[in-house]
Amino acid sequence: MAFLTVKDLVLAYDRKIIAENIGFTVNEGDYLCIVGENGSGKTTLMKTLLGLQQPYSGEIVFGDGIRKNEIGYLPQQTDIQRDFPASVREIVFSGLQAKAGMRPFYRKYEKEEALRNMERLDIAELSKRSYRELSGGQQQRVLLARALTAAGKLLLLDEPVSGLDPIVTKEMYQVISDLNRNGTTIMMISHDIGQALKYATHILHIGDMTFFGTCDEYLASPLGRMFTAGVTEVQV
Amino acid sequence: MIDKLIMYLRYPFVTYALIVGVMIALCSSLLGVTLVLKRFSYIGDGLSHVAFGAMAVAGVLGLTNELLIVLPVTVISAVLMLMTGRNAKIKGDAMIAMISVGSLAFGYLLMNIFSTSSNLSGDVCSTLFGSTLILTLSVRDVIISCVLSVIVIVIFILFYNRIFAVTFDEDFSKAAGTDAGRINLLIAVMTAVIIVLAMNLVGSLLISALVIFPALSAMRLFGNFRDVTVFSAVLSVICAFLGIVISILAGTPVGSTIVAADAAAFIVCMIIGKVRGGTAV
Repeated sequence: MAFLTVKDLVLAYDRKIIAENIGFTVNEGDYLCIVGENGSGKTTLMKTLLGLQQPYSGEIVFGDGIRKNEIGYLPQQTDIQRDFPASVREIVFSGLQAKAGMRPFYRKYEKEEALRNMERLDIAELSKRSYRELSGGQQQRVLLARALTAAGKLLLLDEPVSGLDPIVTKEMYQVISDLNRNGTTIMMISHDIGQALKYATHILHIGDMTFFGTCDEYLASPLGRMFTAGVTEVQV
Repeated sequence: MIDKLIMYLRYPFVTYALIVGVMIALCSSLLGVTLVLKRFSYIGDGLSHVAFGAMAVAGVLGLTNELLIVLPVTVISAVLMLMTGRNAKIKGDAMIAMISVGSLAFGYLLMNIFSTSSNLSGDVCSTLFGSTLILTLSVRDVIISCVLSVIVIVIFILFYNRIFAVTFDEDFSKAAGTDAGRINLLIAVMTAVIIVLAMNLVGSLLISALVIFPALSAMRLFGNFRDVTVFSAVLSVICAFLGIVISILAGTPVGSTIVAADAAAFIVCMIIGKVRGGTAV
């Protein structure tokens, strides 16, 4: 059974419908990119999947392998976070709250697991540095490590490369792709259709028209042809 | 001067003032970090005005134990402010301004109409600025303050990890299964309790200073949440202690002296932060 099955989902913001007819499945090991114009409801979709918002109608079913709080989430950065006095390890440890539940403190082996995730993402040596002093790319790695610590099976990433320079963006895509190859299922919102097609296995396009399928199917579809028209270096 | 201080310390009312002052300073600074980072500083300000209004009502009703009215009213207002803080028809900040100015005016009106006291402006002034209230504490006041403070501190420690997580990123916490709404509620209720307690110490107009200054000072110097929390608690306790001692020796009003000490500490921290660079914002 699929990790996640979505049928006939309708998204609303302030009771106004913003996206309809959303349907897709995510299987273990998939790398799904969610694309669409600004304001088409990509972030709302993600928040709805996470239970932060109620769907207007439709069905969201989590499969056998996964429960709702086994999803790691990388939200867009907020203003509050930019000058927040917190060390890298404090933030990554906060990913453990899903496992700790009502327990007030984190256990030693849990913290060690969080530290391993920091090593995996190459931020172990930043452990005691303050988050607000880090570069944009380093900050995103910290938030990614936190998401991994919360749940290693399925990651929902909301524009993980926004605001990063081209070189760091490329590194970030590489890191995410590596995680995917090591078995983590990825769902990512992206603005960059070229990169999305390069790394993803599936594309979900939402907006006035919706599409769900593999990258090849997307490129062959009328919507995909229209949306990728301006992209020159599509490598499949 | 030391002799004079030692002489004063023999009086129980001075000891009481110091105990209560230190406890309240400790609690208010703990939550201050979260309130400042969540951009909720003004909620403390709004709540203190509500507490003033409630105090006036309690006075009019002739209650001997004002806490019975002031505490529940302030807690309920805190919950309302936080709940409506976001997505409400009337925007959060306007809502808080409305409640706080309304209760300030209403409180003064009540005091004026129903006052039996011959020194009305003195009463108002002491409620607003704390004046000598702290030096007239009874043993019961001290016990109530200490018990409530200890409860706030214990809850803060038990919920420390979750308070940090929700302060840093509410959406992530919710996605990870933490009931962020409940943590926010907890923060609101604790804030209300602290504000009611702190009214004794610095009066309702100066409470926000007790909440905000130590946190801001600590954030100039430290780059992680634990150090910021610990340092702001230590700083707040030192400033409250110094403020009370100075006010006794120099005969200045307690509340404003403590706040002046907090403000001075902030300036020192800001300069150190600037000179040292690095972690300063």
